[in-house]
Amino acid sequence: MRGGWFKVYALAYLLFLYAPIILLPLFAFNDATVIAFPLSGFSTKWFAALADDPPLHLAVKNSLIIAVTTAILSTALAVFAARASTRYRFPGKAGLMGLIMLPLVLPEIIVAVSLLSVLLMIGVKLSIFTVILGHVLVCTPFCIAILSSAFQSLDRSLEEAAYDLGETSFSTFRLIILPLVMPGIISSLLISFTISLDEFIIAFFLAGTETTLPVYIFSQFRFPKAVPVIMALGTILVCLSIVLLSIAEFFRRRGLARSGAKDTGGFL
Amino acid sequence: MTEKPTMIEFRDVQKYYGDYHALRGINASIRAGEFFSLLGPSGCGKTTLLRTIAGFEDISSGTVLIDGKDAAQIPANKRPTNMVFQSYAIFPHLTVEENVGFGLRRAALPKDELGRRVGDALAMVGLTGFGKRAAHALSGGQRQRVALARALILKPKVLLLDEPLSALDKKMREQMQMELIKLQRQVGITFVLVTHDQEEALVMSDRIAVMFEGQIAQLDDPETLYRRPKTRQVADFIGTMNFLPAKVLSEVPGGCEVEVAGLGRCQIAADQAPSGRSDQDTTVGFRPETLTILYDGQAATARETPGTVEEVVYYGDMTYYDVKLDGVSSPVRLAMRNVPGRPVLDIGTRARVAWSPDALVLFR
Repeated sequence: MRGGWFKVYALAYLLFLYAPIILLPLFAFNDATVIAFPLSGFSTKWFAALADDPPLHLAVKNSLIIAVTTAILSTALAVFAARASTRYRFPGKAGLMGLIMLPLVLPEIIVAVSLLSVLLMIGVKLSIFTVILGHVLVCTPFCIAILSSAFQSLDRSLEEAAYDLGETSFSTFRLIILPLVMPGIISSLLISFTISLDEFIIAFFLAGTETTLPVYIFSQFRFPKAVPVIMALGTILVCLSIVLLSIAEFFRRRGLARSGAKDTGGFL
Repeated sequence: MTEKPTMIEFRDVQKYYGDYHALRGINASIRAGEFFSLLGPSGCGKTTLLRTIAGFEDISSGTVLIDGKDAAQIPANKRPTNMVFQSYAIFPHLTVEENVGFGLRRAALPKDELGRRVGDALAMVGLTGFGKRAAHALSGGQRQRVALARALILKPKVLLLDEPLSALDKKMREQMQMELIKLQRQVGITFVLVTHDQEEALVMSDRIAVMFEGQIAQLDDPETLYRRPKTRQVADFIGTMNFLPAKVLSEVPGGCEVEVAGLGRCQIAADQAPSGRSDQDTTVGFRPETLTILYDGQAATARETPGTVEEVVYYGDMTYYDVKLDGVSSPVRLAMRNVPGRPVLDIGTRARVAWSPDALVLFR
């Protein structure tokens, strides 16, 4: 058998990657409190428990507010940065872009600690607002990376053509550029939403007395009887991310089909 | 023919990109209603010059006048010019109809009026019935037509074409050349074409400006440009030109007496010696088709020179011969039409080559 060992390796790799995720729904629907085989029976009581957990609801609400705001803010900022960096030449551009992209490689713990000390120093009260600040900082580089490639693939003469035909630079942006980079904008929104939603360190440091979903989940692991509930929550989150990714891919493909561009491969 | 009014005028136009001097003092005028071409190798500044008309490129000094008005005062989206881009720049997310009607958006026309004008524009370029198609589903030639219709629907005073045919294959290109000529005659709009293809420029233009290194080397109608190029550079760029060393022996009334290597002595009229310097050692040029091989039995002429066939290139309708004239080191190229009674000669054949002093151009 040619490449036999590679096949075994690939299989083991995939198993290692996805088996824990498959275990998630398995134990979420299991009757027992203990996470162990053999399974003792089918039950939906852990899901029911989710519905009756006000602190969890608060954490989810906070996380959603943070993630949605972060996604919109960082994508909006990234549109400007990506447009400027792909379209214009200006002094200090390389240095400036480097600074903006730096959080991509900076350990998050350093970002979190330094932000925390600065915020405490200037006397800003910790809240979900400060978490949003931190998340925008780390999400913006991802958004710029995505949007830069969207702006880069835009033929510059399209803009010139619209301008030549009497449009102003603003209406050119609205009528031509925006629709053509829309798939990139949607990807950017989804990615920054996802990053923000499951970000732990910054949220843990900057949330103050508030709590976000990852912080809440982490805190629940101290109580063994809460673990199956977390499994149920995890199951819901996995389903949700599959749905989100499918939507993103749908928009990406539709965008490609509309503009007739070649498919260079997306997330899926 | 009466002189047409000037549509575009360049007055000492200079353009720098940092240290790079892209346009070095352009002075020229383009007449209303003419088909004008900017021809030159890549990097000669022809596209930059076109873009100064459109308003996409600021000039460093000098003046561009469009229909008598200083263009510097008019932003690109207000100029009476429209452009067909090299990449066509068809808006990929819009239909053919929406692309063509894009320029009329601002006019806020009633729906049936808009539909009628888009329909007229599509009919003009032969795309009736394509209105509802997605723009990205079109072929290269169809995109080209959409770009044309879109640019012409605003009835601009000047249509700018930036190498519009370079992406098409040879057959399609030749067909579009003829269509563009017809279209230009039909609408009567001034066309300014940028091209690096000398044949395309000769076929389509009323007048051609040949550009090298940011300067216009010669501005003339195609025939003058081909028959009486002013410099060796122009002669070399347009078509094929043979060059032979020559010596000016004496100035005579209306021209000069020249001794051409391999051909012998002859008189060249003043209009065949365009540039003014009077060096003794110089060069004459002549086109391949101005030489003729005389076959056995053809009568001797006053001007003929013996030579040896060194290379034969058969093209179907034409045969190109490289003939080494006696007494000249490098061969000259000559073109013969293949008609009955003119067999294709073999390499090594001795041949008599007839020539005419009228076809010579003296470069000094």
